[in-house]
Amino acid sequence: MDAKVQEALLPGWYTLDADQPHLIGTRCTACGTYYFPKQSTFCRNPDCAGVEFEEVQLSRTGKLWSWTNACYKPPEPFVAVEPFVPYAIAAVELAKEKMIILGAVVDGVGVEKLKSGMQMELKLEPTVDGKLTWKWKPTP
Amino acid sequence: MSKDIAILGVGMHPWGKWGRNFVEYGVKAARDAIADAGISWRDVQFVSGGGTIRNGYPGFVAGASFAQALGWQGAQVNTSYAACASGSQALAAARSKILSGECDVALVVGADTTPKGFLAPAKGERFDDPDWVRFRIGITNPTYFALYARRRIEQYGDTQADFAAVKVKNAEHGFANPNARYRKKFSAEEVAASAMVADPLRLMDICATSDGGAAIIVSSLAYAKKIGKGNAPRIAAISTVTPTFASELVEMPDIATDSAVAAKPQSFRAALPKKAYEEAGISPKDVSLAEVYDLSTALELDWMEDLQLCARGEAAKLLRAGATKISGRLPVNASGGLACFGEAVPAQALAQVCELAWQLRGQAGERQTSNPKVGITANQGLFGHGSCVIVKK
Repeated sequence: MDAKVQEALLPGWYTLDADQPHLIGTRCTACGTYYFPKQSTFCRNPDCAGVEFEEVQLSRTGKLWSWTNACYKPPEPFVAVEPFVPYAIAAVELAKEKMIILGAVVDGVGVEKLKSGMQMELKLEPTVDGKLTWKWKPTP
Repeated sequence: MSKDIAILGVGMHPWGKWGRNFVEYGVKAARDAIADAGISWRDVQFVSGGGTIRNGYPGFVAGASFAQALGWQGAQVNTSYAACASGSQALAAARSKILSGECDVALVVGADTTPKGFLAPAKGERFDDPDWVRFRIGITNPTYFALYARRRIEQYGDTQADFAAVKVKNAEHGFANPNARYRKKFSAEEVAASAMVADPLRLMDICATSDGGAAIIVSSLAYAKKIGKGNAPRIAAISTVTPTFASELVEMPDIATDSAVAAKPQSFRAALPKKAYEEAGISPKDVSLAEVYDLSTALELDWMEDLQLCARGEAAKLLRAGATKISGRLPVNASGGLACFGEAVPAQALAQVCELAWQLRGQAGERQTSNPKVGITANQGLFGHGSCVIVKK
């Protein structure tokens, strides 16, 4: 996977590090709240007037909070392989950021391999249209 | 001063996939509600419409579209769009007018025409639109329902058989509802044999989208008394609060929760009834029946706990004991719920109130529950919208 020729599905949402990718978020410099997707104008904490944000790489591992799969092809703008192959979806809880982030699970890992609380890590995989997107993968 | 208003009349256009203009459904429902109230259209001083987003420009001016179709007679007009809570927000607008003394009688109406197939975002490439982003990475509405359902299995030991039992129950209820779209009883085996959509939820665990219309005539208590309807059911609370930061659950269409670094996580669903109970001065123990937003079967169980009808994790126990059937001590979705209706967004919150009105008046026919005194509705939709309405005798 060569980062130079690979394009992100959502440019700027994650690093294109082939082995150790991170989601890119922001953090309010006043109250410490993390944001993903990035927030860079006004802090949404009702008790914070923060307007300054630093870009941060979010934790690339977390605990599996819940999971499901997509047995049918989602509508556009999703781009699917034909014939459609179901994929699992994970909701992963990041301890430091205290937030839960969704994402598809890497190809080849179905719901039967997922267990509550298991450690998950962030990976990049190409979509059918050749762009890199983030996926969650159980850590060995 | 009492903040109650009276429900003088209710009406609905049957739910289905009729493929006609939404205004037609709304007007049919409105005419029924006006007739049910025993007033004339010209008596209505305020028309409050729940907006649909699916019909272009006219959809955004639903109140005026309905008023014109009923025959413009100079009433004041309003349109409210709040996703699944649109009907409740339109109802809240009517209540404000009535309680402020600006009008005595109002018509609240919502109707929708839905497209075939999956709900999908508008075309184009919009990285700043969470609804576009989540579809781009393959996350549909059933994803969220399934994530919550899986949590119930992991936290409380609920089973797919419990979820199927919700569908079986609601199908039995809706079988006797002439306004329901699906009037067919199902066995647990049939639910279990339906296709898996988003594990652990099957096709029959997830609600469809429908066409439909619902309308309510509301008035001041003084007006109700004046026309001999002093005993009409009353709206005792309408909660349309926003969520409180930080979000506890990943809510549709978001791909992440808020970070709870600076503020503790809060449940939105639980906040909606809390405000309603406070406003009505009514305790969850007083509730006779509930109409909740069963976008999925498992979600009905979540709502029962959010409404404090039982402790966290106990909803399946009530279901298994038959308590939530029409014949049980705490009927849930006596109408058949979304399982039998399918969702007609701007009409749905009003349809829930219509059912409570019929139940409290003892006019629910074969669906009639045993002597109900207090009913509560609950729903939640996109972008931090939700509502909870309490109707009492």
